[in-house]
Amino acid sequence: MAPTHDIRLLLAVLAPLIGAGLVMATGKRPNVREACSFLAAITLFAITASLIPAIHAGQKLHFTLFQLLPGLSISLRADALSMVFAVSASFLWVITVFYAAGYMRSLQEHEQTRFNTCFALALFGAIGCAFSDNLLTLYLFYEIVSICTYPLVAHHQDEESYAGAEKYITYLTATAKGLILPAMVLIYVLTGNLDFANNINSGILPADVNRWVVTALYACCILGFAKNGVMPFHSWLPSAMVAPTPVSALLHAVAVVKVGVFSTVRVMLFVFGVDRMNALNLGLPTAYFVSITIVVASIVALSKDNLKARLAYSTVSQLSYIILGVALLKPSGIEGGLVHIANHAFSKITLFFCAGAIYVATHKKSISEMNGLGRVMPFTFGAFALASLSMIGAPPVAGFVSKWYLLNGAFDAGSIGIIVVLLVSTLLNTAYFAPVVYNGFFGKPSEADLKHKFTEAHPLMVVPLAITAAISVVIGLYPGFFMSFVHAVL
Amino acid sequence: MTNLSPNESFPLLSILIFSPLLAAAIAAFIRSENLLRWWTLAFTSAAAILSLGLWRQFDPDTAKFQFVELSHWIPFLKVDYAVGIDGISLMLVLLTTLIMPLCVLCSWRYIQTRVKEFMICLLIMETAMVGVFCAMDFVLFFIFWEAMLIPMALLIGIWGGPRKIYASLKFFIYTMSGSIFLLVAIIALRYQVGSFSIPDMMRAGHSLPLGFQYWVFLAFFISFAIKVPMFPFHTWLPAAHVEAPTAGSVLLASVLLKMGTYGFLRFSLPITPDATHFFTPYVLGLSVIAIVYGGLTALAQTDLKKLVAYSSVAHMGFATLGIFALNTFGIQGAVLVMINHGVTTGALFIMVGIIYERLHTRDLGETAGIGRTMPIFSLFAGVFALSSLAFPGTNSFIGEFLVMSGGFAVSKGMMICVVPGVVLAAAYMLRMLQKIAYGGTHNPVYPGLKDLGFREIITLTPLLVFVFWIGLHPEPFTRVMEKSVQNLLEQTRQAPAVASVVRASSFELRTSDLP
Repeated sequence: MAPTHDIRLLLAVLAPLIGAGLVMATGKRPNVREACSFLAAITLFAITASLIPAIHAGQKLHFTLFQLLPGLSISLRADALSMVFAVSASFLWVITVFYAAGYMRSLQEHEQTRFNTCFALALFGAIGCAFSDNLLTLYLFYEIVSICTYPLVAHHQDEESYAGAEKYITYLTATAKGLILPAMVLIYVLTGNLDFANNINSGILPADVNRWVVTALYACCILGFAKNGVMPFHSWLPSAMVAPTPVSALLHAVAVVKVGVFSTVRVMLFVFGVDRMNALNLGLPTAYFVSITIVVASIVALSKDNLKARLAYSTVSQLSYIILGVALLKPSGIEGGLVHIANHAFSKITLFFCAGAIYVATHKKSISEMNGLGRVMPFTFGAFALASLSMIGAPPVAGFVSKWYLLNGAFDAGSIGIIVVLLVSTLLNTAYFAPVVYNGFFGKPSEADLKHKFTEAHPLMVVPLAITAAISVVIGLYPGFFMSFVHAVL
Repeated sequence: MTNLSPNESFPLLSILIFSPLLAAAIAAFIRSENLLRWWTLAFTSAAAILSLGLWRQFDPDTAKFQFVELSHWIPFLKVDYAVGIDGISLMLVLLTTLIMPLCVLCSWRYIQTRVKEFMICLLIMETAMVGVFCAMDFVLFFIFWEAMLIPMALLIGIWGGPRKIYASLKFFIYTMSGSIFLLVAIIALRYQVGSFSIPDMMRAGHSLPLGFQYWVFLAFFISFAIKVPMFPFHTWLPAAHVEAPTAGSVLLASVLLKMGTYGFLRFSLPITPDATHFFTPYVLGLSVIAIVYGGLTALAQTDLKKLVAYSSVAHMGFATLGIFALNTFGIQGAVLVMINHGVTTGALFIMVGIIYERLHTRDLGETAGIGRTMPIFSLFAGVFALSSLAFPGTNSFIGEFLVMSGGFAVSKGMMICVVPGVVLAAAYMLRMLQKIAYGGTHNPVYPGLKDLGFREIITLTPLLVFVFWIGLHPEPFTRVMEKSVQNLLEQTRQAPAVASVVRASSFELRTSDLP
C-alpha cells in the first residue's frame, strides 16, 4: 500500500517537546508543572493510539520534516514495528508521570523542574526514534536521547552521580560517533540514501557490495547502538543506576535501552534485511554473540545485593533476548524478539517502580535487608512477584509469550545451543528473582525493622506499579494486541 | 568559463571592498568612544545588508565569475584591477560581512582603551578580507593578503593579553614566511603564463610543465598550510588565539583561517592540477593527523580559548581532507565546513569572551558550574558546543557528513583513522559543556554573576540561526556553490596522459622545467 502523509506523526514528536517547554516555563508552580507533564504524556499517548487503526489496516504513514541533501532527510514513519515501541513507551510515560511526582516529592528532591524537563525531552528522543523513517533521523533522535538523559543521570550532583553520568555519556556518544556515524556515512556512499526498506527481507544495500564491507557495517551497527546493552559496551547501564528511580524505571528499562534495541532491530531488519543476513550467514553468529551477554549478565546479577544493580544486570540480559530473537531470522523468533520490546517494558518498569517504592518507604537498597518487607508492603511485593514471573518467563505473565515464541524460533532455526541458552538463562532468572520475592514474604525481619512499622509508599507510587503489574498479566493472558503489530512487521 | 566578462552595472564588489576604508577614514575624526562604536556597528551592518544583494543577484546556474569589474591598473606590468566572485567566494564574502558587526558588538565593553584605533583596525581588516575573496588578479590578491597582516598583528599586539607581543610576532613571522613563498610562486607563474590574471592561470593549468607545477604547488602549500593552519604549521594559532582580544579571535577563526583553504581551492587545485594529484596522499595524511592531533590536544586543555583553538585545527583538518578528496562530496563538504567553522567557532570564541569579561579567567576549573547561575548562557553554549561536535541537525553535521562521504569514496582505511578524531570532538566539547554547566561538587562561587545581556544575546542570535538553518535546510547554501564546485573539479580532473606519468615517475623535480 502506498505510504500516506500524516501530520499526526509530527504532532506526536512535538507533544513531548512542547511539553518540555511548558514544564520549564511553569517550573515555579509544581502542581501546574506536573499537570503540564501529564498533559504532554496523555497527548502523546492519544496521538499514538489514534494511529493504531491505520496501522492495523496495513498503512504506512510518513511525514518529511527537512530535506537535507539528495537521499538524506529528516523524516518520520509509522509502521507496525514503530507502534510496538511507541505505544508501550507513550503509555508508560503517562503512568510514570504520577509515579515520578510521588517519588520526587516524597524524597523532596532538588531541581525537579530540570528533572521533568529532561524527562520530557528524553521521551521526545525516544518517540522520534520509534517514528524514524531513515538512519539519519534515527541517529539524530538517538543522540538527543543520550544528551537529554545526561542531566537525569547526574541528577544528584554528587561524586558518584558525576562519575556514573560521565561513564554513561562516554560510552553512548563514543560508540555512536565512533561506530554508527561512519557506518551511516559509508551506507550513504554505497547506496545514495539512508531510507529504511519497506519490508524486512530486502534491505537497502546494493547486491554488489563486498560481503566483508557489509559484515563490518553490520558489526558496527550491533555494537554501535550501545544503548542495547550488548556486551562489551554494557557497563554504562549499571553506572546509570545512580539516577533517581523513576529515571531508571522509564528510561533505563523502557525508553533509553529500548531505543538501543529498537534501533538495532530496525537496522538489522530494514537496512540489512533478512535475505542479506541469511546470505552472509550473520544470523546465528549474532544470536550466539548476544547469548554471551544473556548468560554473563544473569550470573553477574546473581552476585548483586543492591536491588537496582540486580535489576540493571537483569535488563542487560533481557535486552539481548530481543536481539537474539530477531537474529534467529525465523518468523517466530522475530515475533518473540519484537514482542519482548513491549513485554519486557511493562514488567521491568514494574520491578523498578517497586524498588523505588521500597526505597521511599524504608530507605533500603540492599536485597539482604528486605526480609519480611512483603508483609508490610503486600502490594509492592505482590507486583514485584508478578513481574519477576514475567522476567522468568512463567505463564500467565507477559514474559511467557516472548519466551514461547523465542523457543519456537530456536527450534525452527534448529539450534540446540540457543535452546540451551534460553533454558539456562531461565534458571538463572529464577535464581536471582525468586529469593527476593521469597525473603520478602517469608524472610524474618530484623529487630530494627519490626520497630519501624513500615507501610506502603505513597499511593501515587503504589497505584502505578499495581497498574503496570496488572497489565503485565493482561498482555500475558491476551497477547493479541502487541502480537498483531508484530505479525504485521513480517 | 574563465574569461572575465565585466559587468557594466553597479560596482557592488568594489563598494563592499573599499567602503570600509572610507568608514575608517571618517572614524578617525570621531571623538566620542560610544559614537565610534555605533558608527562602526552601523557601517558594518550596512555592509552586511549590502552583501545580501550579492546573494540575491547571484546566478547559481553558472560557474562563471560574477559581479566582475575589470580595469587596467599598472599596464606595463600587465597588472589589472579585477574582482569577481563565484559560488565559493560568495559564501566566504557573506561570512565575512556577517561576522564583522558581531565583532563590533562583542568588543563593545571588552575594548576600553584606544577604541578609535581598534575600530579603524577592524574596518581595514574588512577591506582586506573581502578583497582577498574577490580578487581576480594575483597582484591584487597578494596586496589584500598582505594588507590583512598588519591590522591583525596590531589587534593582537595592542589589545591582547599578557604575552601579546610574543603572540603577535609569532603570528606575523609565520604568516610572512608563508607569504614569501606565495610571492615567488606568483612571479614564477607570471613568467610561465604571461599574465597575473587568475582565470588565465586557471586555464593554463594542465599545460604547465609537471616539474614546474610541483614547485608552485609546494610554494602555495607552505603559504596556505600555515594560514589554515595544517599540522605541523599550526603552532602560531593557539598563541595568537589565547592572546588576541575576542574580536581578534573571532576574525582569526571565522575568516582568516578560511583564506588558507580558499587558497587551496582557488589556486592549488586549478592552477597546479597534476601536482595536486601527485601530492594528494600526503595532504590527506596531514589532514588526518590534524584531525586526530587537534582533538587529542583540545582534550588536554584547561584554557577555554586554547581548547577552542585546537578544535579549530581539527575542524580545518576536515576542510583540507574534503578539498583533497577531490570529489563533489568532499569539496562541497569542505566549503560547508569552512562556513560552519566560521559560524560555530566564532560563536564559541564570543562565548569565551563573555566569560572572560565577567570572571577575568578562562580556566576550565575556575569557570566550573557558572552555567547554573547563567541559564541563557548555558543554552547558547550548549547549542554551539553541540554544533561544534557535529551533532545531527546542526550545521557542522552536514559539512562533516559530506566530507566523510567524500573521504570514504577515496579510501575506507583513511576514514577509519579519522573516526577517533570524530569521537574526540564529542569528548572535548562535552567535557567543556559538563564543566561549564555542572562543574563538580565544589564549584567556585561568584556572587553577582549576571546572565547574558540584551547586547550579548543579539550578538549570538544570528549565529544560532545559521547553526540550525545550515543544519536543517542546507539547500540554499549547497546550491550557490554547486556549479562552481563542479567546474573546479573539471579543471582539476587529471589528464590521463599525465596521470600515467605521475605514477610512472616517482617524485622527481625537474629543474629544467622552471623558467
